[in-house]
Amino acid sequence: MPEIKDLENICKQVRRDIVRMVHAVNSGHPGGSLGCTDFLVALYFDIMKHNPAKFSMDGIGEDLFFLSNGHISPVFYSVLARSGYFDIKELSTFRKINSRLQGHPTTHDGLPGVRIASGSLGQGLSVALGAALAKKLNKDDRIVYSLHGDGELDEGQIWEAVLYAAAKKVDNIISTVDVNGQQIDGSTENVLSLGNLRAKWEAFGWDVLEMNGAIMSHVVDTLRKAKTHTGKGKPVVILMKTEMGQGVDFMMGSHKWHGVAPNNEQLAQALGQLTETIGDY
Amino acid sequence: MLLLQSDFKKTQQYLNASTLQHMKFTYTEKKDTRSGFGAGLLELGKTHPNVVALCADLTGSLKMDAFQKEFPDRFFQVGIAEANMIGLAAGLTIGGKIPFTGTFANFSTGRVYDQIRQSVAYSGKNVKICASHAGLSLGEDGATHQILEDLGLMKMIPHMTVINPCDYNQTKAATLAIADFHGPVYLRFGRPVVPNFTPANQVFVIGKAVLLQEGSDVSIFATGHLVWQALEAVEALAAKGISAEIINIHTIKPLDEAAVLASVAKTGCVVTAEEHQMNGGLGDSIAQLLARKKPLPLEMVAVKDSFGESGTPEQLMTKYGLDAAHIVLAVENVLRRKMSHVNS
Repeated sequence: MPEIKDLENICKQVRRDIVRMVHAVNSGHPGGSLGCTDFLVALYFDIMKHNPAKFSMDGIGEDLFFLSNGHISPVFYSVLARSGYFDIKELSTFRKINSRLQGHPTTHDGLPGVRIASGSLGQGLSVALGAALAKKLNKDDRIVYSLHGDGELDEGQIWEAVLYAAAKKVDNIISTVDVNGQQIDGSTENVLSLGNLRAKWEAFGWDVLEMNGAIMSHVVDTLRKAKTHTGKGKPVVILMKTEMGQGVDFMMGSHKWHGVAPNNEQLAQALGQLTETIGDY
Repeated sequence: MLLLQSDFKKTQQYLNASTLQHMKFTYTEKKDTRSGFGAGLLELGKTHPNVVALCADLTGSLKMDAFQKEFPDRFFQVGIAEANMIGLAAGLTIGGKIPFTGTFANFSTGRVYDQIRQSVAYSGKNVKICASHAGLSLGEDGATHQILEDLGLMKMIPHMTVINPCDYNQTKAATLAIADFHGPVYLRFGRPVVPNFTPANQVFVIGKAVLLQEGSDVSIFATGHLVWQALEAVEALAAKGISAEIINIHTIKPLDEAAVLASVAKTGCVVTAEEHQMNGGLGDSIAQLLARKKPLPLEMVAVKDSFGESGTPEQLMTKYGLDAAHIVLAVENVLRRKMSHVNS
């Protein structure tokens, strides 16, 4: 079991990867990626049982993760590479021609660690539930994880899946919502208010936990606790409070950095705040 | 070759009065193609432990009830939530399941286009999208449910296999065949009872056209319910001295290009027949092939940029020009073009 400090060090490196990757191609989504870094590092370096050295699509006997808000691909790719799914050197191909690291994640080019294409929002919860149902049929007791943006909850398909999961007692899934309160056109409050999110998920019949996605110890503790909530007849959701751009001060607290890359000056400024810990790609 | 002046009413009367007793193809019963799907699915339940089925509140209509009863643990009732159904199916493949989704053709395609595109096709998932009540022959429910664009929608998606069998036996055979084929498939069938004339226990080969009747004057490429109409047209054409070749294109994509080109090399002109919009359907695929490889006169029996409406299946097929009489008419038109083409 890694120390919290070790996980935090990995987060610093992953955040460096994120800003360097989007800067290199002057495109991509740094804001949400930085906000979800602690969560993904906790999952891949501590919480999940998985086999990066020998990726199998079916993942029998492994915990599975599905990224539904595919635009935060920089953090996903960095965490996959850093945990051993592919060489970290490949991070330099992000969004370039002939790369396996497409703008949004895909299985199309055989990138190890990716099990579904995502990018068009709202589809990942259904897919994760399907994988959870397959695990039940296969008598595989591992858990399926999924991550969704709060803006993504505008999509109707999410609520079809939310209804289904509770009604059919799919209790081997832990879904997490990245509650950063921002989407492309502004705050979630102004674009399309989500109202009382906790009450909504509870009303649908989910077991709801909350956590602060910026504090690693809290992320790890909450994910461990969530695991103990599985297998009890209810799907589990974690409402994860985050800040877009977490770790880079000028990117925080605004939707401006949802899909904008830093320029040279901004990159230098960001890297100044993110110490290199386990080595740049 | 004897070319008669077209008399559409006479042709219709002839077809209505005729017992078609000289036809090479006969049938002892009429059955619905959706029941062929249901029977195939039930058989797969017994032979393929990884086959699972999902339905969006239309279990009876899709004839999935026998599978549901026999294999309740492998059947997923998803409610009226088709987008979720497609996503669940994509997810179920991760872990080795072979999901068959079932709902009406309209809700299997247009309603869930992006889910099929991203979560199934682009993700390379082994999902079988099985769609009933396609086309005008759905009848009285009217245009909201009579999708005539589904073949086009599905064939445009990269790597999607698109199948439209012609009768009960062939739909059952196709259902069995797609379980052993790895990759996303769209399987289209319908509601009305139609002649069941292809052999029982036939082997269905995906992508391989079936030559039903050899002929020398015109190639008729038909799919789905229109295959039987093409066979009925053969006799009326024969009475006019026209020798028609009939080929059943059950797989719209990948198109059996070799079979099409071999036939037209012999006949020199083409009629296509389908229960679908002219835009995007079988005729469109064949026209594209011929334009690239061998431009020839071609006529299409298809719906011409129109929605359907309420009525009996027979009334609708006649009104929208999707019956044997209209195939005869199209053949006469294309032969006239062929002759002027030859003489010019």
